[in-house]
Amino acid sequence: MDNYKIEIPEFCLVALVGATSSGKTSFAKKYFKSTEILSSDFFRGMVCDEESSQNASGDAFDVLYYIAQKRLKNGKLTVVDATNIQQSSRKQIIDLAKEQDVHTAAIVLNLPEDIIQERNKARPERNFPERVIRQHCRDVRRSIRNLKREGFRFVYVIHSLEQLENTEIIRTKLWNDKKSEHGPFDIIGDIHGCCEELELLLTKLGYQKENQVYTHPEGRKAAFLGDFCDRGNRNADVLRIVMDMVKSGNALAVPGNHDAKLLKYLKGKSVAMTHGIDKTIAELEEQGEAFKSETASFLDSLISHYVLDDGKLVIAHAGLKQEYIGRGSARVREFCLYGEVTGEFDSYGLPVRLDWAADYRGRATVVYGHIAGTEVKSLNGTHCIDTGCVFGGKLTAYRWPEKEIVSVDALQEYYTPVKPLDTQKNQNLGDLLTVGDFNKKMHLTTELFPAVNIHENNAAAALEIMSRFAADPHWLIYLPPTMSPCETSSLDNYLEHPLQAFEYYKTRRIKNIICEKKHMGSRAVLILCRNPETARKRFGITDNTRGIIYTRTGRRFFDKLEPETELLNRLDAVLLKSGFWEDFQTDWVCLDTELMPWSEKAQALIRSQYAPTGKAGEMSLSSAVQALTQLCQEHSISDTESEIRPEDLLARYQARQQDMQHYRKAYREYCWTVHSTDDFRIAPFHILACEGRAFSQETHLWHMEMIKKYITGTDPVFMETPYICIDTSDEASIRKGVDWWLSLTAAGGEGMVVKPEFYIAKQNGTLLQPAVKCRGAEYLRIIYGAEYLEPEHLKRLKKRSLSRKRALALKEFALGMESLSRFVKNEPLYKIHECTFGVLALESEPVDPRL
Amino acid sequence: MLLTITYTGTQTQNLGFLLHKRPDKIQQFSLNYGTAYVFYPEVSDQKTTAALLLEIDPLDLARGKLGSKEGGLFDYVNDRPYTCTSFMSTAISRVFGTAMSGRCDSHPELADTPLHLTACLSALKDNGDTELAEQLFAPLGYEVHTEREILDTVFPEWGMSPYMQLTITGTVKLSELLNHLYVLIPVFDKQKHYYIAEDEIQKLLTHGEGWLASHPCRDKIANRYFTAKRSYARKAIDILLAEEAVPESVSDTESDAEKEIHTPLNTLRMNTVLNAVLASGAANVIDLGCGECRLTSLLLNESQIKHVTACDVSVHELEKAAQKLHLDRMQPYRRNKLTLMQASLTYQDKRFENFDCACIIEVIEHIEPMRIPAFERVVFEFAKPRTVILTTPNREYNQNYQFMQENELRHGDHRFEWTREEFKKWTEHICEKFDYHCEISGIGETDENAGQPTQMGVFTRNG
Repeated sequence: MDNYKIEIPEFCLVALVGATSSGKTSFAKKYFKSTEILSSDFFRGMVCDEESSQNASGDAFDVLYYIAQKRLKNGKLTVVDATNIQQSSRKQIIDLAKEQDVHTAAIVLNLPEDIIQERNKARPERNFPERVIRQHCRDVRRSIRNLKREGFRFVYVIHSLEQLENTEIIRTKLWNDKKSEHGPFDIIGDIHGCCEELELLLTKLGYQKENQVYTHPEGRKAAFLGDFCDRGNRNADVLRIVMDMVKSGNALAVPGNHDAKLLKYLKGKSVAMTHGIDKTIAELEEQGEAFKSETASFLDSLISHYVLDDGKLVIAHAGLKQEYIGRGSARVREFCLYGEVTGEFDSYGLPVRLDWAADYRGRATVVYGHIAGTEVKSLNGTHCIDTGCVFGGKLTAYRWPEKEIVSVDALQEYYTPVKPLDTQKNQNLGDLLTVGDFNKKMHLTTELFPAVNIHENNAAAALEIMSRFAADPHWLIYLPPTMSPCETSSLDNYLEHPLQAFEYYKTRRIKNIICEKKHMGSRAVLILCRNPETARKRFGITDNTRGIIYTRTGRRFFDKLEPETELLNRLDAVLLKSGFWEDFQTDWVCLDTELMPWSEKAQALIRSQYAPTGKAGEMSLSSAVQALTQLCQEHSISDTESEIRPEDLLARYQARQQDMQHYRKAYREYCWTVHSTDDFRIAPFHILACEGRAFSQETHLWHMEMIKKYITGTDPVFMETPYICIDTSDEASIRKGVDWWLSLTAAGGEGMVVKPEFYIAKQNGTLLQPAVKCRGAEYLRIIYGAEYLEPEHLKRLKKRSLSRKRALALKEFALGMESLSRFVKNEPLYKIHECTFGVLALESEPVDPRL
Repeated sequence: MLLTITYTGTQTQNLGFLLHKRPDKIQQFSLNYGTAYVFYPEVSDQKTTAALLLEIDPLDLARGKLGSKEGGLFDYVNDRPYTCTSFMSTAISRVFGTAMSGRCDSHPELADTPLHLTACLSALKDNGDTELAEQLFAPLGYEVHTEREILDTVFPEWGMSPYMQLTITGTVKLSELLNHLYVLIPVFDKQKHYYIAEDEIQKLLTHGEGWLASHPCRDKIANRYFTAKRSYARKAIDILLAEEAVPESVSDTESDAEKEIHTPLNTLRMNTVLNAVLASGAANVIDLGCGECRLTSLLLNESQIKHVTACDVSVHELEKAAQKLHLDRMQPYRRNKLTLMQASLTYQDKRFENFDCACIIEVIEHIEPMRIPAFERVVFEFAKPRTVILTTPNREYNQNYQFMQENELRHGDHRFEWTREEFKKWTEHICEKFDYHCEISGIGETDENAGQPTQMGVFTRNG
């Protein structure tokens, strides 16, 4: 006997129907994975320890359906192993399937009653009375004929043991699943009978007519987004082209709302002769019955949406919500055709639509049409390519995987739109971030670091900082990472020394490193566009500015606008003169810099903490020294009696006094008063990104040289960063590096940053610190206190741990690079913001602030 | 930090006996936060000076060996090791404890006699409150002299130093001088170094016995002594008053004129907003930027209000709010009426939808100007409640606040404050863009030229 074939979609909700003891559980175990089966017996046991307790059924089914719902939400086939002999219990299954937009299948085990009675007797632990079994069997038989009507899409009935033994379950792909088709595709928006434009567009895309059918010599496929007809002047011709291309395998097509209406008409139902269908119908009637029936069966065969190219691309006429992708239900089909409306009508009498794209967070790119605009509207990885050809706009194609847009202008306005194509007002508003993406535990995947987890409390802190202080998130395409110091030096008189920094890279097999002077200012990210128009188009900035300078926490650097504007103008002048814009083929740039003086941003800190500490120290220590001096001079103490010699105490206080003077000198170095923008100094050290490119693949030497070539040297505000290159395998070179650091820091310099030759350095696939800093001994007084070099202090300070700081530095670096790369790839705002948001969240982790 | 005590007169060497510290050697005392040295820079018949040199380990301070649970009390770079604070008071009581109690077995009559004494403290932080030293010590009979220098001579534009050198001279018993110093040194610095416990009150009372109750700045001293815990301050004042049997306290407690003006204004504002909410007919209200939930707690008491959602961007504020509202023991009826959540006004938020009324009280001025457009859309385009009640300061009125500098804003976190004209323009812009209409009014005393201190806009959605 041939196997009894049961074909069900690979993703659906399966209900087993059968009397108790009919063998459902063994059947399920035989054909489904154990995780796919939700058995009512099991859940009865779960909630009350007894699998047979009927009192627990209510709770057991609550849990069962809860889990079923989660599984379906995650796109997993699910089998409900319960008797399901009552219509009411099956209705629960149907309702759940509708809610989750999946198909349902019923597999009925309708075995002869005597077999079941026998089995029941063989189960001593759960022996039902005969009459119960009899009743069950009767219910099963009665159920069978109703199943289809109740809403089960697929119904299979097994009548005999033999059949049961020889059953085969075949899981079929969903109709909308074309993940194995990789294109390349040319997705074409709403045509509406504009045949000439369609022909022009196909030709422009490289299609050629062969045997009356358009084909592409490189094997590309067209994908039509529906609404082939109505309003235009050659509807039948468009249908001809589309049908021929689909039939010959040169195109895919999904239906639009106009097509659904036409199909209704062709099936003999009455439709309102509005929105241009009258013209289409007239043309079809002229074509004759054969064409009409061909069209009808073509339209009837169309699937609401397709999931293409390994799930990376989705096409549907009116777009598709994330949770509907790859699902099949009347509701999904409805959405694909019409989108979602509120039920209200706007002042033009058009339905008010809900903006599903604003909420879209799926990974797949969704290309759709339906709503005519003057330009392609892209949001969160969705692209609406209906550019209103029939209204005199354009016919547009979206090329996949190139993500290019190709259009041809309409030859005329065939139809006057009720409402002007998307109003300018909407375009200017730009996109808004949604809190739901950020006020939660976040898992961020980056190219450099497998997964960065953000805890909820850190996210909450970042949300506060972003909301209260940060600049417009459209500008925040990058936040700099924290930087770890080198390992603690074992040398006397040093907490940090370059040898440890060199050692870090040397032991990790990095031969060439670069040392850059660490300027003592404040980290500043500069973004400059050539004009406000670029800022609007590329960054979504609507306040007519063309750039920004912001701090490491995303806060606008200057409280007032004037210095920012002036500095950006000066940068623009420099870049214009050096030919940067032309050479880099860009109209915006993002720079990583240090902005001086330190006192500009740290003013409050210096005046409330650093300077007062110096003053208090000076006052307090000098009065102590004075008193001790008087003690030594005027009053003799017999040495023998005294344990503490006044001279020793005096000497120690004099040393402390000296420390305090050094400390005051150290912080003063980095303060100066700004009278005009001439007094600022900006030292760029990374050219982070410009249009189409982030420069993380270039070496640091490249960055230094480009900065020298294009930015520094003309305007004194923009200053170079001194650097030297070191070979970690060469002792002489290392000595040179140490000497260089000593000369930098002797005068109180902050020190240097040591980086591997390449921006991104790895050892055996593990990301290395992108930089470690090595700070000068004098400078560290500002960090560790005036007297930190006193031996008894230094000894204790040397016990410090860098691991936490280093872990953070890596994650933040990975996120920073990721956000730049996402921005360069034109990814949606929320995808960029989650990276910068992540950096802030990580920064809220408690870490020794002195590191 | 250094304290010197100078005795002038005859046979002044007796200071050594009074202090129970020998003048002929340096004595060392180890304290749990550092070391104290006592020595005599000057010893003669006519004049003897004792010095208490207190040395605090800055690293211990920073690393949290001393004090609070969360790591160190202070940064490594901090004035604590150098400025005279409660550490000095503790040292005085530890090193000169016997002298403080007025005991001197060898010279009891001297300990009981007012002497000509001068005390000198280096680096006492009064934060530029130049009258404080005089206010505190002059009523006790001292001649007060202070010296102050510029903060940093290299940067004269940074102004004067917050520290001064204090010299007080008077004819007092040594024990009195020590007790005065013990109590009054911490008054200068608002930050006490150890955790304030209940027995602090007893300490204050013991050391203030006989003089603190009648000190004209009594309340101020008590308040500043217990900066962290107001309730202790209140208790101490009550005990003091009972001792003295003065009928009522004069409200000299808070020198901060701002607070004095703001407290009643805030109450008035809350009541005005509450009435506006009720007048709008709202049952479902969202308090956007609820802070410590002052408005929310009022709304919860109204039977017209069925549900209140209170949001703030600061988790810390929300924690304080939960405490103030006693959320953990609120009974279900009230608890179910309230949702407390973190939310931001510059991120679109579905949870803001479907409210009758949104209250945005003294919030907009805390938002960065470049984020205002996002705020507008979040509230008026997406949340779009029927009624929006928004209040913000009226900048013009600031001229009436004596304590404010010109162009200063009322709060350090304010990004801007609007004049009445600016506010009106903004409301018009909102009404036009988002299809609302708005009624503007004021809250607080009316100034003929400057209007009222708070401006309120009640927006109602058209249609």
